[in-house]
Order: sequence, then structure tokens, then C-alpha cells
Amino acid sequence: MAVGTLAARAAAPSSAGKTRGAIVIDDVVKIYDPEGAAVMAVDHCSLNIEAGEICMIVGPSGCGKTTLLNAIAGFHEITSGRILLDGEVLCSTEKPKAEPSSDRIVVFQNGALFPWKTNLDNVAFGPLMQGKLTKAEAADKARAMMADAGLAGVEHNYPGEVSSGMRRRVEIVRALMNEPKVLLLDEPYRALDSLTKSVMHEALLEIYYRNKVTIFFITHDLEEAIFLGHKVAIMTTRPCKPKKVLEVDIPHPRDYSVLTSKRFRELMEETNEAVHEEALKAFAAGEKEG
Amino acid sequence: MAMGKTSRLHSVYWRGAISIIVFLVLWEVGSLSKTWIKWESFEWLRNVITALGFKPIYLPWIGAVPAPTEVLAVWMTVLTDPGYWQSWYMSFFRVMMGFLAAMIVGIPFGLLLAVSRTAFGIGFPVFEVLRPIPPLAWVPASILFWPTQEMSIAFVTFLGAFFTIVINVVGGARSIDVRYFQAARSMGSSQADIFWRIILPGTLPSIVVGSAVGMGITWEVVVAAEMISGGGSQIGGTSGGGLGFFIWNSYVGGSYEQIVVGMISIGIAGFISSELLRALGRRVTPWLRLR
Repeated sequence: MAVGTLAARAAAPSSAGKTRGAIVIDDVVKIYDPEGAAVMAVDHCSLNIEAGEICMIVGPSGCGKTTLLNAIAGFHEITSGRILLDGEVLCSTEKPKAEPSSDRIVVFQNGALFPWKTNLDNVAFGPLMQGKLTKAEAADKARAMMADAGLAGVEHNYPGEVSSGMRRRVEIVRALMNEPKVLLLDEPYRALDSLTKSVMHEALLEIYYRNKVTIFFITHDLEEAIFLGHKVAIMTTRPCKPKKVLEVDIPHPRDYSVLTSKRFRELMEETNEAVHEEALKAFAAGEKEG
Repeated sequence: MAMGKTSRLHSVYWRGAISIIVFLVLWEVGSLSKTWIKWESFEWLRNVITALGFKPIYLPWIGAVPAPTEVLAVWMTVLTDPGYWQSWYMSFFRVMMGFLAAMIVGIPFGLLLAVSRTAFGIGFPVFEVLRPIPPLAWVPASILFWPTQEMSIAFVTFLGAFFTIVINVVGGARSIDVRYFQAARSMGSSQADIFWRIILPGTLPSIVVGSAVGMGITWEVVVAAEMISGGGSQIGGTSGGGLGFFIWNSYVGGSYEQIVVGMISIGIAGFISSELLRALGRRVTPWLRLR
């Protein structure tokens, strides 16, 4: 992949216009089953994510990262605290559950493309539901966006007919069709092999340079986090809150040569121990996946 | 690749043909054994059994079953009997009526139970108590309840498929991944959109499976119901009351070959219905074809 074209794209103003999608997570607490077992999943967690930033959330499996994502997406309630999007309160102690909306789209861990719809119909789904586009317009836009993402030729296949890497890409394009302010990615590349993963990383960056949405990306892979993120938040294991927030000063656009750079190695060394510590704690606690 | 597929298909047909031929040959040989094996030659075995203090019994013996060649000969004559075809028509008609009614009532009912907690709370307990009752146990009550025999047969046939379809629809709708609902809601789907675009297609595979199983049960039930109720309204005379009645009538009339003709006819009828249903199922769930 030519770095030049990436740089040009990164510099060009995004088609969505002004970047938007600043998230403020303010003192959020989530306790499951407060009357009974009272499991604290998120413990007074605060985090600022700037508009158009890629924020990577790193932590061991089951540490409570997904709980945070579900709160932002509006799938689950919080116990206290508040979450703001561009200054507007999504959820708070008074209104514990945010309203799910097309400005915050989730790309799920195991994928949630509708298996009964073709890839094209999946991608065209959002604008059609929101009544923003007619059927023909939605199909045209979907076709164009898929072509841009290197997905020409699989429009009329069902998700079950293409590789898992391609399915992920289709799902990200489906999310972007909604012109969201924030893309919430929940370990989207977890099930992929490392070679496919590296392809997916560059593809994601390319899509990002073109769309400039805020990305909230959950992973347990530190290398992935530093490679992709502007910001890397290393979370403590259950209950979850930032243990260390790292600003990655490697300039975007990035490509795979970054992985072997000196700065990348330094940042890995700086954070590796914190991650390992939490992994050990999680292992000792015997937390299940999730 | 296309070549490989056809040749694989050919070998499937070949194996099928060979297994049927081998089965027929074994059956013929077994049946002919009555000409060289006489029960009387086993008198000593009966004596041993009696001596051991057991009741003298006869063992099942394939020689008692008519040979396939004999069956075929009778079948050829039966083919010209309009009553036989009337029986085909009657049984098919009853199966289709019962089955279609079960689909028309069962699918919406199952979906209702799946989407509405209130409906589930009210409807499911009654459903679960009635479900274990075998369809055939409904025969007497249904004869009393419905004004005509034809209606009571149709009703029992309906029950055979109904419970299976409902339980599959409920199970299928409830096992739809929650992420599909979350994704749809995030993308701005209304409740109606979620029903028509997520719940319904998500349940379709289970509807297809439930229907296939239900269709099998319908055939079992219709044949038994015809035997019990004496062929319904007796349209078409002694051999025209449905395939179940045809078998029963042959048994009563002592034409053992004709019993087997009736049995094989039901096998063929059931096979045709399943194949039609499978083809239809593949059409409505094209995304499952690739697995």
C-alpha cells in the first residue's frame, strides 16, 4: 500500500465535514445485580475521547470493557456517573440507559451481519431503516461504499459465503453507511488469524482516513492497540477503570512499517508490564470470557 | 467442479438403486423360504421351549409376508382400480388440509408466544399440557366434537403438525441472537421492522424444520385416523377411503399383498411430500444453501 496516497487522504478534509463524536465518560459505575451478588464491573471510570480519535481500550478478557461499550451504545444501563456525546448526556444516574441510535454503531465481537440478507442488503439496511434514502439510493450508496472498501464482487453473496475477514469489513461498511459519530468496535478481529488481522488493520485505517469517525475499539492485543490508536487506555481487570492512558505519538497515517520502528517498541515496553499485571490478576480471579 | 458434483450425484443415485435392489432381493428370498422351510420342521424347538417351562411361541417369520413379485402383480391390478387413486387423493387432501391449517394457525401463534411475554404467560401453560397428548388420543373426542368424520380426521391431522410447528417457531424465534436486535435498533429499526426483518427471517429455518417434522407426523396420524374411523365418509367405496383405510380394508378382506401395496404407497406419498417441502424450504432460506 502506497503511503503517499494514505497521507493525501489523511490530509484531505473528510467527506463528513467537521469531525464530531467527542465522548466523555465521567465517573461511570456499573454494578451487576446490585440487590444480590453485586458484581462491580466498572468502577468510577473516567475517560475523555476526542472527536475523530481512535481510542483503544485494552484489558484482559472479561474485565468489563464490553460493559462500557454497551453503556455507550445504549444496550445496557449504568449504575451511576454519566456519558456524554458532543456535550449531550447519553446516560446518567438519573437516566441510566442511553437510547440506541445510528450515531453510535457497534461492530460486534462475533459479527452481527444478518445472515438472511445479502451483503449489499446488509450494508443498505441502516439508511433504509432511518428513511434517509430510497431503496435504489441506498443500494447505490452501498455499492459505492463496498467498492471503496475493496468489497466489489461480493454484494450479492450472503455473509455466510465470504471469509470472516471480509465479513468484518462488510460489517464496518454497514456501520459507516449510517454516518455515525462513533464506531464502537468490540474485539472485531479476535477470531481472525494474525495474517488476516494485519490486512484488516490497514484496511480499517484506510477506511478511517476516509471517514474520520471517532473509534472506540476494544481489544486485548496491545500491539494492535498501539498500532491503531491515538490513545490507548489500559484497563484494570474487574472492576474496570483506566489504569494507564497512553498517548501514542506516532504520527498518522501509519502502515505496517510502524511495527518495527523504535518508537513502537519503546511504547510496547512502556505498557507491556501494566497489561501483563492485569492479565495475571484476571487469570488468578478465573474470570470467564466476556 | 460441476463435473465432480454431477459424478457425486450419480454415485448417490447408484448406491440408492443398489440398496433398494438388494433389499428387494433379500425380501423375495426370505418370502420364498416358506416353500422350503416348514414350521413343522421346528416342532422340536417348540418342545424344548415348552420343556423349559415357557409358553410355546412362534417366532416372527418373513415367510409369512407376501413376496415383492406377488405384491407387484397385485399392485398392477390395483392401479386400474379408481378406488385406489381415490384413496391417494383422500389421504393427500387430508394431509394437506391438516398441514396447511397447522401452518396458518401455528406460525402466527408461535410467533405471538415468542414476542409477547403476556401471550406466552397465558398461552404456553395450556399449550404445554395439551402438547404431550398423542394426536391419536384425540380421535374419539374429535369424533364426538366435530359434526362430520371428515372434519374429525382433518382436526386430528392438524394437531399432529400443529404442536411441532409451534414449538419449533417459539424455539427458533427465541434463539435469535440478541446482537441482531441490538444492531437493528441502533440502525433505527422500528418494532415492526424488527418483526418483519429480523424475527421472521430469523425464525424461517426453524419453521422449515418444524414443518418437515410436522409433515411426517401428519402422515402417521392420517393413516391411523383413517383406520380407526373407517375411512371417513366412505367416498369411493371400500378401497377409496384413504390409504390408511385401504390397508385396513385389505387386512379385513384378507388380501395381504394389498396391505403391502398400501404401505409402500404411503411411503411414496410421504417421500413426495417431504421432497416438495424440502424444495420449498430451500427456496425460502437461500442463505442456508451454502453450508
